[in-house]
Amino acid sequence: MGQPPALEVVDLHKRFGALEVLKGISLTARDGEAISIIGSSGSGKSTFLRCVNLLEAPNQGTIRVAGEEMRLVRRRDGALAAADPRQIARMRAELGFVFQSFNLWPHMTILDNLVEAPIHVLGLPRRQAVERAEALLAKVGIADKRDRHPTELSGGQQQRAAIARTLAMEPKVILFDEPTSALDPEMVSEVLGVIRALAEEGRTMLLVTHEMRFARNVSSRVVFLHEGRIEEEGTPDQVFDNPRSARCRQFMASHQ
Amino acid sequence: MNFEVIVENLPKLLDGALLTVELVVFSSLAGLALAFPLALARCSPRLWLRAGPWAYIFFFRGTPLLVQLFLVYYGLSQFEAVRASVFWPILRDAWWCALITMALHTAAYIAEILRGAIQAVPRGEIEAAHSLGMGVWQAQRRIVLPRAVRIALPAYSNEVILMLKGSALASTITLLELTGAARTVIARTYMPIEIFLAAGVLYLLISFALVQVFRLLERRLGVFAC
Repeated sequence: MGQPPALEVVDLHKRFGALEVLKGISLTARDGEAISIIGSSGSGKSTFLRCVNLLEAPNQGTIRVAGEEMRLVRRRDGALAAADPRQIARMRAELGFVFQSFNLWPHMTILDNLVEAPIHVLGLPRRQAVERAEALLAKVGIADKRDRHPTELSGGQQQRAAIARTLAMEPKVILFDEPTSALDPEMVSEVLGVIRALAEEGRTMLLVTHEMRFARNVSSRVVFLHEGRIEEEGTPDQVFDNPRSARCRQFMASHQ
Repeated sequence: MNFEVIVENLPKLLDGALLTVELVVFSSLAGLALAFPLALARCSPRLWLRAGPWAYIFFFRGTPLLVQLFLVYYGLSQFEAVRASVFWPILRDAWWCALITMALHTAAYIAEILRGAIQAVPRGEIEAAHSLGMGVWQAQRRIVLPRAVRIALPAYSNEVILMLKGSALASTITLLELTGAARTVIARTYMPIEIFLAAGVLYLLISFALVQVFRLLERRLGVFAC
């Protein structure tokens, strides 16, 4: 068997009231895989991603990161919550999350945004955290912005800083939640460039996106979600060129 | 206009101004310290934690500062138990009574300002903290509170200025702060225009200084960068 997969999600369900948004999603990401999750809005892609690190409470399902299972308990409202605050904190640190709206902390400089969690969550000495942060800022191409505040940066720069902040935790898996949807068109490519470089490095990642061409070029696997279910799954060529399901064919026709 | 009487009585007025500054600065700081736990408890999802601060804020915001001053200064001394207690040396002193009452009063307002600020911290920024492995308390301490303080600062500076004016009420419980000092001088000189004018100018100078302090603080904390 070898080592366990980087991320394993089994039979994930999520309900908002009477509405079942996720109807049993299972997905496994092996080390180094870049999986794109596509689908029309309302198909549950973002909700799925947010459930994986428990930003949203799923109603049913199992989540394993590198073989370690997230311990969950049922809350009074029926949804699942973390049973052990320490475990969920540690596992979230292993699951990097990149938001659509960046969510940098505006009262800190870019550098402070990057060293905050490594120092206070991982317990890294400040000097080491700063070194790591500077290397990452250089890598995403905004080394000169280290002492700026987030509001002084363009959207694309902010998103690159947010990606660097996530990388500073050295996560095992990175979850991208529509990372370019809030950006002006001319800034999309600079962010996609960073994500592509990460995929080429062999980072394990899940990417919810509307950028079809990018999904096709970068991912090792593509998952098409429809009404809370995985409707189609396979290599990019297979899903984009020869979709088996009618829904996926329809979606592809309207997105190319 | 008789300026001589102003110059003559300026030392008395300045003594009063000093007392006013003391009252405002100490009560604002004590009120701030008190407001943090109040605001945090007020934001709690647990009803039993929320209820106490709610009642506290309801009482102190709902009644006049003057009534509260009277209750503490004149009211408490009615009770033999209070007079016999170790707190009596403090509670029989008008300065302490004014300070305590003003701190309790302003704490209620500051707690509401802070609560609003805590709840105004964008959800996404808190989610970012959680997604990086911070626990609930750590995120609260490292992200939410520093952020809330910056959101609350302009409103807090407003509250401090209001307390500066509110401190004039301390003259009713025998304290010779700026207003009290002015009134005693007037009682002897019969020159209300000159003396109240001088007192008014001193109030203006104090509030100007306070505004400058807050401007500096806002710049230092980068309030406008957020």
